[in-house]
Amino acid sequence: MAATGANEPTHTRRIAVPAVTVAVLLVAWELAVRMGIVPNFLLPSPTQVVAALVSDAPLLASHAATTIVEATLGLGIGVVVGFAAAVLMDRFETVYLALDPLITISQTIPTVAIAPLLVLWFGYGLAPKVILIVLTTFFPVAVSLVSGFRATDPDVIDLMRTMGASDLQIFTQVKLPGALEHLFSGLRISATYAIVGAVISEWLGGFSGLGVYMTRVRKSFAYDRMFAVIILISVMSLALMRLVDVLERVCMPWKRAEQE
Amino acid sequence: MASLAERRPGGGVAPALEARDLTLSWDGGVHIVVEGISLSVCSGEVVCLVGKSGCGKTTILHALSGLTEPLQGRVLLHGADVSGQPGHVSYMLQKDLLVPSKRVIDNVCLPLVIGGMPKSEAHAKAAPLFERFGLEGTERQWPSQLSGGMRQRAAFLRTYLMGNDVALLDEPFSALDAITRTDMRTWYCQMARELGLASVVITHDVDEAVTMADRIYVLEGNPRGGVPTVVAGEVPIAREQVLAAEAVDDFSLTTAYVACKRQVLELLG
Repeated sequence: MAATGANEPTHTRRIAVPAVTVAVLLVAWELAVRMGIVPNFLLPSPTQVVAALVSDAPLLASHAATTIVEATLGLGIGVVVGFAAAVLMDRFETVYLALDPLITISQTIPTVAIAPLLVLWFGYGLAPKVILIVLTTFFPVAVSLVSGFRATDPDVIDLMRTMGASDLQIFTQVKLPGALEHLFSGLRISATYAIVGAVISEWLGGFSGLGVYMTRVRKSFAYDRMFAVIILISVMSLALMRLVDVLERVCMPWKRAEQE
Repeated sequence: MASLAERRPGGGVAPALEARDLTLSWDGGVHIVVEGISLSVCSGEVVCLVGKSGCGKTTILHALSGLTEPLQGRVLLHGADVSGQPGHVSYMLQKDLLVPSKRVIDNVCLPLVIGGMPKSEAHAKAAPLFERFGLEGTERQWPSQLSGGMRQRAAFLRTYLMGNDVALLDEPFSALDAITRTDMRTWYCQMARELGLASVVITHDVDEAVTMADRIYVLEGNPRGGVPTVVAGEVPIAREQVLAAEAVDDFSLTTAYVACKRQVLELLG
């Protein structure tokens, strides 16, 4: 949409303002380190971080591959589980009443607290990581989908019934497409949880992955590499969110028409 | 009970849809909303239900559509009992209820596709009707790209494609601006008569009822007092006079119009 109101920021401003903010912060950080305001052994400068990122690139890539595999696998299963839970909760009121509090309670348990347990139960391999990611990612999907299904206009359901539609037809023709927007906003949150969840679980035990790399560089006090891996993790999360946005645009062509 | 069709001047025409002695409730009989209502509509006829808000007009339409089962009484479609069975009568609400995720053509084809018709066949059936419904060129658009009047016309086309010869309309024009509303009323009445559609239209607007209807049922009930709604009276509109007046002047300025309106207002109390 074009800038209509006087208070509506233009597209250029929307990009330029945060870009300048980041640039100013980076310069300030670089200067603070170079001028010795902050000791260099505690805080590496941005240029040092970039240098570490470049020199360690091949190693980081192999660790990132492990993390990405865990994250996509966990997210994929989490979405399927969340979707199934939401469909059952929408279809059967009893399931909704039974699962609704359980799902909420499950989210109050800190990830860091159950991760070591999962390692104890399932070992140092892929399984505990994927399980942890499934546990954290299914929730936003299930909750947003259920609220999407429940937001269906009851009049539309009545209208469908006067057309002789079955429950399945009402679901596929009206409820599911109507809930897609909710699904994608949940999925966007789940995507960030997936990467972070993978890193946390690797932290607590494993043979490769960005979390494993992170614990190693921390132990050798290589703060420049520490920052490099943090940047890589944010970039990966952002990329995954972007992927969700692209998927949303492809799946919901009518949204684009509304925005034009 | 004497059938209303028999009492009509045309005489002897069997009603397309008939409600006999309906008693309705939303909560299984704890609160009776509507009691002992009988009404009927013939093919090509427009019948309006007028009553104060909250008096149970929508409840009646729900029962006629089969969405709710009457506590007592029956709904007959061409003589066959269809009480509590949705899918036989077309129903259209105040909101157009177009599905935002479907293109206009897929929206209007929804009843056909639900009935099991392949999509391509449904499109082929609907496409020629777009011009008649004033929707040409909108087939591939999304509902959000249409104006209010266009959306409502698309909803009418969808209602028409339900393929039933009885249509129930719940304040179909109230979401539109005044000029569009007048145009749409005229357009609808013409189309319904051409197609031989029997229409039951809810309206809270007495003028709309007098302009559109062949007959008006005035409903009487206390919206708050819990007194069940009954039919207070039935006002016939001389359709020939309406059409004659529309040809030369505004029907709403004729004495016949004023007389009808007065009668309705007196019954409303």
